[in-house]
Amino acid sequence: MIEAVGLTKRYGRTVAVDNLSFTVKPGRVTGFLGPNGAGKSTTMRMILGLDRPDAGQVRIDGKTYHQLDRPLRTVGALLDAKWVHPNRSARAHLRWLARSNGLPNRRVGEVLELVGLTSVADRRAGGFSLGMSQRLGIAAALLGDPQILLFDEPVNGLDPEGIHWIRQLMKRLAAEGRTVFVSSHLLSEMAQTAQDLVVVGRGRLIAQCTTAEFVDTASETSVRVRSPQLDRLREVLLRKGYALHVEPGVDGNALVVTGSVTSEQVGEIAAEQDVVLHELSVRRGSLEEAFMRLTGDSVEYRTDGQGPAGPAAAGSEDLMVAGGVNR
Amino acid sequence: MVVPLSFKHAVRGQVGGAMIEARGLTKRYGRTVAVESLSFTVQPGRVTGFLGPNGAGKSTTMRLILGLDRPSSGDVLIDGKHYRDLHSPLRYIGALLDAKWVHPNRSARAHLKWLARSNGLPKRRVDEVLELVGLTNVAKRKAGGFSLGMSQRLGIAAALLGDPQILLFDEPVNGLDPEGIHWIRQLMKRLAAEGRTVFVSSHLLSEMAQTADELVVIGRGKLIAQSTTGEFVERASGTSVRVRTPQLERLRTALAGTAGTTVRVDEGALLVNGMTSDQVGEVAATQGVVLHELSPQRGSLEEAFMRLTGDAIEYHAEEAGEHLHMQGTSGGAKE
Amino acid sequence: MSVLGAERIKLFSTKSPWWSSLATVVFVVGFGMIFLLTTASLVREDGPAVPFRVGVSTTQQGIFFGQMVILVMAALAITTEYRFNTIKTTFQAIPGRTSVMLSKALIIGLLAAVLGEIAAFASWGLGRLLVTDFDLTIRTADQWRQVAGAGLVFAITAIIGLAVGALTRHTAGAVTALLVWAMLGEQLIGAIPRVGDKIQPWLPFNAGGHFLGVGPNQNEGAQTGTDLPYNAWGAVAYFAGVAVVLFLVAVLVVNRRDA
Repeated sequence: MIEAVGLTKRYGRTVAVDNLSFTVKPGRVTGFLGPNGAGKSTTMRMILGLDRPDAGQVRIDGKTYHQLDRPLRTVGALLDAKWVHPNRSARAHLRWLARSNGLPNRRVGEVLELVGLTSVADRRAGGFSLGMSQRLGIAAALLGDPQILLFDEPVNGLDPEGIHWIRQLMKRLAAEGRTVFVSSHLLSEMAQTAQDLVVVGRGRLIAQCTTAEFVDTASETSVRVRSPQLDRLREVLLRKGYALHVEPGVDGNALVVTGSVTSEQVGEIAAEQDVVLHELSVRRGSLEEAFMRLTGDSVEYRTDGQGPAGPAAAGSEDLMVAGGVNR
Repeated sequence: MVVPLSFKHAVRGQVGGAMIEARGLTKRYGRTVAVESLSFTVQPGRVTGFLGPNGAGKSTTMRLILGLDRPSSGDVLIDGKHYRDLHSPLRYIGALLDAKWVHPNRSARAHLKWLARSNGLPKRRVDEVLELVGLTNVAKRKAGGFSLGMSQRLGIAAALLGDPQILLFDEPVNGLDPEGIHWIRQLMKRLAAEGRTVFVSSHLLSEMAQTADELVVIGRGKLIAQSTTGEFVERASGTSVRVRTPQLERLRTALAGTAGTTVRVDEGALLVNGMTSDQVGEVAATQGVVLHELSPQRGSLEEAFMRLTGDAIEYHAEEAGEHLHMQGTSGGAKE
Repeated sequence: MSVLGAERIKLFSTKSPWWSSLATVVFVVGFGMIFLLTTASLVREDGPAVPFRVGVSTTQQGIFFGQMVILVMAALAITTEYRFNTIKTTFQAIPGRTSVMLSKALIIGLLAAVLGEIAAFASWGLGRLLVTDFDLTIRTADQWRQVAGAGLVFAITAIIGLAVGALTRHTAGAVTALLVWAMLGEQLIGAIPRVGDKIQPWLPFNAGGHFLGVGPNQNEGAQTGTDLPYNAWGAVAYFAGVAVVLFLVAVLVVNRRDA
């Protein structure tokens, strides 16, 4: 378990992390989300005792990082895959790490096997692709068979097979009762991996809850309906006061019913009216929508004038026209 | 403020119909064959995803398209011409291959200025694209001090500089934060909607599933598939329909009687294979069954991809994870 | 002990320490032999007119060049950790930063000591083979100190290099600071009229040189105008003191700052 209490870090006059408190529980994958510059990396470094908090503290199973004896056996971390001496072999890198925490040399071979780097273990780490470096970093994190794992953008540079593999690995580690804390910008990826979320913006806590709660509270659920009697269904639903709009698709027009509505309600209404359904599916909001809505004002480089959660595109014609006026 | 995506001053390369055609493209490096008789077409008006495991030859292909590498045999044509024969190529084709291909001591603006100059583009365009990617207030800073996300935005600015009809992006979301990822996805869709040709390679399949209309999939330098994203997923992983109803048994019996259909119960719902959701809905209507859910389940792009490229992977990690645990050391796990 | 083991693996798992080690020995022996052969021929030609003699310490005049390599190697042992960010991994694996610094000092100091002994005795041995008409036998305690003392001086040198490396964190900065100080600074200050002579004994590398009988004021039997405020052992104690103070400052700073 990781507990941050009132964590604060300033660099000169910039406040990187501002009175941040959260808990990361064992047995689950906890995602750590936030826009660039939100203080995620700083927080990770403070958890590992690399940076010293200006106020507050982080405890790992009740101890500070400095109080851990042989810390790699308690906490394994991948912060940056390129933090390896380029002229040292992958094996030598893991060997000195193992040695520093009194881990058997045999373990080095085991983790190399685990991440699939055995065949290149004696090559210079400097010649590794980003994906290979990432695997080496993951091997280093797993070296001490730790109960707590920290990963910063673990899928960086991995190919689809690698991404699938690391996702399954994180889930398995959590299923074994370990604490897995992973930061990422890839929300579609995190939606598949993280059960809990810690969301920060401008160094402050924005939310700590389960991923499902986060998505539900911050984005809309809607029901998509297709039917050969679409107009009739539409009229009935409108009469009953449901908010809806028609959405064209490759499979024909569909009704999208929004607001507080369940697919059960729509299904019952359709049955009452003897309307045949061709589709009746619930569309949950995406983690991305929820995230954009909640972190909207803490984004570092805003692009393009549109709000980050703004409509898909303001329409390219508008853009051209506005551009013309600009000139 | 809204920023122009395109601009009037530059003469358009060619409006509409700009496409990339690879024909029997082959590239050898010594005895390694990076790309082997690869043929595909990238159409205008849509986002085409370029997928493949590491080492499949994607970057090589991108370099061949841009005339950076010379094919050992075969051809790649842009609007019927070789890249080297294009006059002012940045007006035809914009590319982001590696965001770090910028001189670290040159400012973002200076980088774009020399690029603009090299293709006779007006200086005003530099500020336009800087605004478009959101780098205006750091334009005078050295590119060497940029974060990966900022470099990526600079690379995208460079690609858009000549208002080209064709755009190539290699892992464009690399280093971007969620807002940036959302932005580049919308940008690519908008560029395609304007009739441009957008060719984008990425390892992030969940991202590509949301962005790409069409896919070119390669493995070990050879073409594995070229099709729409929907077809690709359907072909490789099939589709099923998930149905929830208060009259589960009745519907199940009715559906199970249909030839070529399999039905199984999963968490209080029926999973139907071998039928479209339209067909299931008709069956339910004739049986007078009330539906609470009737949703087509698509396989994921990832599943489909993994199934089709299974043997073309470079580094296999251990799936079973027998080495996850440290053996024989006491107190290894707990402290 | 495991921290020491980790540092040892780190040091020897890249190539540059091996090259540095080779360079150290080659420089000491090479420059030593050039000096020995030149001096010997001068003495042969001019005899007693020359204000110096050829003896055991004449074989050791290349020590200074070896010291420069040791300085750079020791500084690199920590600046490369900062450059490649492995320092973060190191402090993650071993949060006790003092023990990291002590282990580094011990390992790099030991290596320097061994190299010092190898280089000094190789110089002396080769000198005896090349120059047979002068007596180069080690007889007195002073002569033993002048050869065998190289290890101690190298070890202290390594600690200084490591400390400066840890303080600057940048290879270029550390190497420039160290070489300018050791090669230029101390020579120039010593050359300042009158004041220079007074300060010179307190310049640490000069003091280290004095211990080995290769300081700026000494050649075998040469007389100089400077009265040194310490004997040979006092000189090395002073040199070591400077190194210890620098090292302690470095340890303090490393503990204070963010990795």
